[in-house]
Amino acid sequence: MGNLVKIALAGEGGQGVQSVAEILVEAANEEGKEALYIPNFGVEQRGGVSIAFCQVSDDKKIGSPKFEKGDIVIALSDRAIRRCAQYVDENTVFIYDTSIEGAEGDLPKNAKKVFGIPAIEVAKNELHPRVFNIIIMGATIRATQVVTPEQAKQALEDKLGYKFEQNPKLRELNYRALERGMQLVEGQM
Amino acid sequence: MADKPIQGEKRMFVTGNEAVAYAALAANVDIMYGYPITPQNEIMHYFTRLAPKFDKPFLQTEDEISAGFTTVGGVMSGKRSFTATAGPGNTLMQESMSMAEMMRIPTVVVIMQRGGPSTATVIYSQQEVTMTCYGANGEGIRVVYSTCNHQELYDYTIKSFNTAWKYRIPTFVLGDGYQAKMRESLTMYDPEARGIKMVDTYPLVGLPGSPGVDRDPAHLRNTYNTEEELYEVVSNLVKDYEAVAPEIVESESFDCDDAEVVVLAHGVVSRAAVEAVRELRKAGIKAGHFRPITLRPFPDKELKAVANQAKKLLVVESAQGQFAKLVHHSLYGDSTPMEYIFKPGLGITSDEIINKVKAML
Amino acid sequence: MTVTSVMEPKMPKCWRQETKPHKFCPGCGHGDVLKALGTAIDELGIQDRVVFGCDIGCSLLSWDFFNFDSIQTHHGRTTPVITGVKRARPELICIAYMGDGGGYAIGSQHLVNAASRNERIFVLLANNAQYGMTGGQMAPTTLPGMKTETSPYGRDVEWTGNPTLGPEMVAAITPDSAYVARGTMSNLRQLTQMMKKALQNQIDGNGFSFVEALASCPTNWRTNAAKTWEFVEKEMPQYFKVGELKVPAKKEG
Repeated sequence: MGNLVKIALAGEGGQGVQSVAEILVEAANEEGKEALYIPNFGVEQRGGVSIAFCQVSDDKKIGSPKFEKGDIVIALSDRAIRRCAQYVDENTVFIYDTSIEGAEGDLPKNAKKVFGIPAIEVAKNELHPRVFNIIIMGATIRATQVVTPEQAKQALEDKLGYKFEQNPKLRELNYRALERGMQLVEGQM
Repeated sequence: MADKPIQGEKRMFVTGNEAVAYAALAANVDIMYGYPITPQNEIMHYFTRLAPKFDKPFLQTEDEISAGFTTVGGVMSGKRSFTATAGPGNTLMQESMSMAEMMRIPTVVVIMQRGGPSTATVIYSQQEVTMTCYGANGEGIRVVYSTCNHQELYDYTIKSFNTAWKYRIPTFVLGDGYQAKMRESLTMYDPEARGIKMVDTYPLVGLPGSPGVDRDPAHLRNTYNTEEELYEVVSNLVKDYEAVAPEIVESESFDCDDAEVVVLAHGVVSRAAVEAVRELRKAGIKAGHFRPITLRPFPDKELKAVANQAKKLLVVESAQGQFAKLVHHSLYGDSTPMEYIFKPGLGITSDEIINKVKAML
Repeated sequence: MTVTSVMEPKMPKCWRQETKPHKFCPGCGHGDVLKALGTAIDELGIQDRVVFGCDIGCSLLSWDFFNFDSIQTHHGRTTPVITGVKRARPELICIAYMGDGGGYAIGSQHLVNAASRNERIFVLLANNAQYGMTGGQMAPTTLPGMKTETSPYGRDVEWTGNPTLGPEMVAAITPDSAYVARGTMSNLRQLTQMMKKALQNQIDGNGFSFVEALASCPTNWRTNAAKTWEFVEKEMPQYFKVGELKVPAKKEG
């Protein structure tokens, strides 16, 4: 399964993990890869942790839609950290947001690697809270390399192009968020 | 008015629900009836967005009883009609489907299985197998296609209209919450461009001419007065069904020829089985996979041939043995040892299957 | 044309002679209600366009009653089946025929919602104050104090509620373009006129049409001819007022 990458993105409702996942897999699909994405949904999601399960493969069709263990697990809230412990094993890179208070005790002990990124802080102080999820997207593609930055930008353009047309500054903001997200992971993998 | 929902061929990256809505329109469906229930809602959502461009109506009914019976009415009027439901909605729809069985009404119903029994989860299961195949007070005179990916959801939604109308048997596409909600790629196409001719529909009531003058009226009933009368009717239903079953039945097998363990699974679980068999083969373990695509009629002959060759069988499903019952029935008299992974309402991964197969060797 | 014999009783043209005498019990109100329906259809000249649906209960015995295409469905489900036909083939004249159990109990959600959606169908409901086919159990329309198999000491309204007033309910939830009336087999001329208006309302594409017809069931009432007639003509209308409840304004031109 060398070329299959399994990604779990988890956060609170409103943090935009599902839209990040959606853009990510669409970018992968556009690159000609096989991709599969399934959210948790319905009663499960209402008031709970929102999780996006993504799988990207270079060529072959993907097996079961959900997986037991992820290659990359990204958790963006304290509840998400606890909920995602089940998707971690010795091959997992676990990424969390450093601004989550009291996270240390809950972080998985069995992961290949665990590190924090200050995405919430960067969004708030450097960019804009609304592009928090795009920072996460940047971090995800840098961590997984399932799509190229160019393809990610194209996917953003496809998704938000109509908004960018009205406000070109928004495009710039999103692109910067994507790049900043990639920087946060740089050198940590 | 737009020309066709899909021109030629088009690679799409969508949810299963969206694939079904497109497929129904590509199949030139005339009308959809429906009632909201998760996880099939987006079939209606996409249908109601797309269908008006092709002048195709949608009726939102008061419940699934009504959605089933309005679909029956639409079909009887001669229109290619369908509905979609899940879980408790499937339960309610069994009433209308028993009428469809009795009167050979070519309804099409897409089921996106959710957890059961009762309200359970809106997420996923394979627990609607018994109900979809044999629900209501009948004999299971139905065709049930169990799909495993978006391509099949699209292909078999189109095909279900043709099966229903060609044979006049109520036909079901049995998906699940995973297939409904996940996104993956598929190729959508205009059936005609692939040489697939949609079977013509025709009215059972509202026929041309003057009833009682230049033709007899169509008097269609599902009630009978005597045991003997009913026996004859049902015997004929069964006889007709059995006669066409070999034409309808579909299955798939993968690496079964020399397999020591054959994994039996259907629907989305089959994906995990294929993955597991690939990995096991890489590790030098002789595993295979057999998968019925039609759960009704069941591919008895094909499964028996596989079972005869295999040393052991492993039945895997997201239910407590509903699929295994179909397998048992099919393999009655066969002595190949059989083991099980039953996970009612829970997804199954290739790793679980791999570990189990290894333990069986 | 079929050749009619001299001795034949006068029956509506759209009745199917081959299935007469019909299957209803002697003295049953269904035959009269269906005579009114047949006459209305004859007078409107719409026989070729009619699709007729009948329920479970005694109404199912009408499945081969007429010379038009007919569907016998399940208990309470005639309304959705006929709705499905009409939505798919709006050019057809669609009639759903049922009893009080089918319309007001097991199929009440369908009646209420078809009425609310203003479906362009005609629902004709025979009210004989109990379940006939199953042997005379209490129905939503059983009168207070009336004895049935499941209210052998008389219907206790404290325990079982009051009889359903169907047309009143339908009139309350339909728009002005609906036609709603209660007629009776004891006044067939009026009942026929009501059905004509109901059908005309559908022909005009206005909206939902609903007629309840008070009907007899001497078999389960265990009444002789005189008592049967007295119950239909005198007692039932005391509770179930006969008349039109909603008449759409005539279209101009």
